[in-house]
Amino acid sequence: MRITRKTCAIAVAAAMALSVTACGGDDTPAASAPPSGPVTLTWWHNGTTDPLNTLWQQLADEYHAAHPDVSFKIEPIQNEQFPTKVPLALQSSTPPDIYQQWGGGQEAGQITSGKVADLSSVAPWAEQLGLAAPGWQVDGKQYGVPFIQHVVGFWYRKDLFTQAGITAAPTTMDELTTAITKLKGAGLAPIAVGGKDRWPDAFYWGYFATRECSTDVLKAASKTVKLDDPCWTRAGQDLKNFLALNPFQPGFVGTPAQQGAGSSAGMVANGQAAMELQGDWEPGTMSALTTDKDLKSKLGWFPFPAVAGGAGDPGVVLGGGDGFSCTTRAAAACGEFLKYLVSTPVQNRLAASGAGLPVNPASAPSLTDETLKKVFDQGHKATYIQSYFDVAWPTAVGQALNDAVANFFAGQGTPDSIVQAVNQAAAGNK
Amino acid sequence: MTTDLATPVDRPPGESKPTAPRPARRRSSTRTKLELALFLGPALVLFVGFVLVPIGIAVYYSLYDWNGFGPISDFVGIKNYKDALSGNVFQGAIGHNVIIALLSLVVQLPLSIGLALLLNRKLRGRGFLRVIVFAPYVLSEAITAVIWLLMLQPNGFADQFLRAVGLGGVIEQWLANPKVVLYTLFVVITWKYIGFGIILLLAGLQGIPAELREAAALDGASAWQTTWHIVVPLLGPTIRIWIFLSVIGSLQLFDLVWIMTLGGPANATTTMASYMIDHGFKRYEFGYGSAVAVVLFAVCFVFALLYQRFALRRDTAGALTRMAG
Repeated sequence: MRITRKTCAIAVAAAMALSVTACGGDDTPAASAPPSGPVTLTWWHNGTTDPLNTLWQQLADEYHAAHPDVSFKIEPIQNEQFPTKVPLALQSSTPPDIYQQWGGGQEAGQITSGKVADLSSVAPWAEQLGLAAPGWQVDGKQYGVPFIQHVVGFWYRKDLFTQAGITAAPTTMDELTTAITKLKGAGLAPIAVGGKDRWPDAFYWGYFATRECSTDVLKAASKTVKLDDPCWTRAGQDLKNFLALNPFQPGFVGTPAQQGAGSSAGMVANGQAAMELQGDWEPGTMSALTTDKDLKSKLGWFPFPAVAGGAGDPGVVLGGGDGFSCTTRAAAACGEFLKYLVSTPVQNRLAASGAGLPVNPASAPSLTDETLKKVFDQGHKATYIQSYFDVAWPTAVGQALNDAVANFFAGQGTPDSIVQAVNQAAAGNK
Repeated sequence: MTTDLATPVDRPPGESKPTAPRPARRRSSTRTKLELALFLGPALVLFVGFVLVPIGIAVYYSLYDWNGFGPISDFVGIKNYKDALSGNVFQGAIGHNVIIALLSLVVQLPLSIGLALLLNRKLRGRGFLRVIVFAPYVLSEAITAVIWLLMLQPNGFADQFLRAVGLGGVIEQWLANPKVVLYTLFVVITWKYIGFGIILLLAGLQGIPAELREAAALDGASAWQTTWHIVVPLLGPTIRIWIFLSVIGSLQLFDLVWIMTLGGPANATTTMASYMIDHGFKRYEFGYGSAVAVVLFAVCFVFALLYQRFALRRDTAGALTRMAG
């Protein structure tokens, strides 16, 4: 009896292997069929909630009405599922035609699948998108197109600043230090940070790096992923000095960034902390975590201050954005659609919907919120937009950076160890 | 191979030359084969397709440096295994799994036995108490984790509760202090899984014949002596199964950790599984992640085999061992 079972197992395994190969063989020709005639674009986006969910559907319907040859099959997918779903989809023979793309090193990794389309020739993206375009380029080619731009800066509560006797938003590190001292004196947690999630920690190191390193060094590091300039270590030193001020809420290494009222966003939303270094999406995140209807009028924004003696340009902004990539099957139709998404009328609607900051500068007047206009201006007049380092660099390196900075926040390591962690990950060490 | 099947060798020697036809026996033999094929076939296909083949593929991936895109071409041999086993973080992760497993045995087992004995007695509201104790086990691990994550925030429910009962002095940064956080997670694990142990042991207690207790009582044994010398030894098979499930569960610990701490702060709660997901899916090191997965599988598999061989042998004798022997 035992023998039959084994034989059976082998036969089944062989059958499975055969059927797997057979499936692969069947599907391959379809994937490389040239796009001609009517085409249906499968569209994976992360706008599972409004305003984006409705807006994307409307735009797809309108585009289909104007271009009857192009139809859409829209699949909204939870944000967190993209990192696992996209690699699998790109391995398969039927990836989506349009999918959410954050650019940088992750995009560069996806390109090695050979299934992501080069959209450089579709439109003069750099003209249309300005500073946002390079974040979605790999080796000078546009493999993705951002539709919303993100800018990181300090969100603060005006009421708590007044309560602590701070009259103006800090513009230098010294002023920020003074503000922290005053807020502590008033018995408030000066800054909330979501240390559990690690990436909010990395914003601090990232901003100190942009203040210590010249734009040339930043640009070079995005390409080489090698941190050999001493400015990177100085960024860690700045961070060390900053942590020594003890500016964060108690237990900040265990605080989630966006879950619940006890999260860093929730603490600011409910007046338990005065500031948070976060992206422009923060007011939206906060409003879901509080019952305070007047929250938006209480919030102010200021850019990350200059660091005295740093070689970095204080006009450099740490940011990123949301975009889309096309896969090769229907690249032409998909590219045209992305061109439509960044056109001024569509961008006006995006901006007016409150979904985020438009990438198209012509759409700035459509922003309704005064504070967001200020954030947009900072991004627009920036001398250089440094993509968040964990996105800009290959995924493994970016995560190694986040881990190293998070460990540093928890009191482990030195300014040097962050630089070493990045260099080692870039060299392929685990 | 086929000859073996045609002439069954397990037939007693005396019956090797059957003179009279034995239709009943022959029919049952073909029927047995058919039944085996019918009943085992689907399960076997699933088992091979979703367990054995993936294990083989994971072993294959683990020998390559692969980011999940493009061709698998960068063969690195056992480098991924070396890197993982020599890395501080993964060693720490194994340590955390072992600590959780040991704590489960030392803390949860006596607690489960005690509560099960208590709930086995005739007392008012026993059914209600049993439901209460079992309720956390019904919750999914993700929901448990989110509830506790919110309760354990500084000045959250847990802190306020402790203050209210006069234990304000023991308040810690439950999820932020690297020295404490692993034990915080253990408390949550205990809260969630104690009910399962109790139900299992209660079922075991039902199987102990009342005559034995009566006999012991007649012989003048005290309640304590009855419990210690009659009940607990007879619970042995249940306890051994519980230990098995508990250790395997501890080795695979993931959901709670991932939602409550993401393995942090500073890797204080990283487990083998969270380390695997962190590297496989967050860093896109699929080759390396596969190597970690294979190590995790090997650890569980070896434990399971040894435990079956040495601890469960007697309990499963007649069920598993006879067929294997």
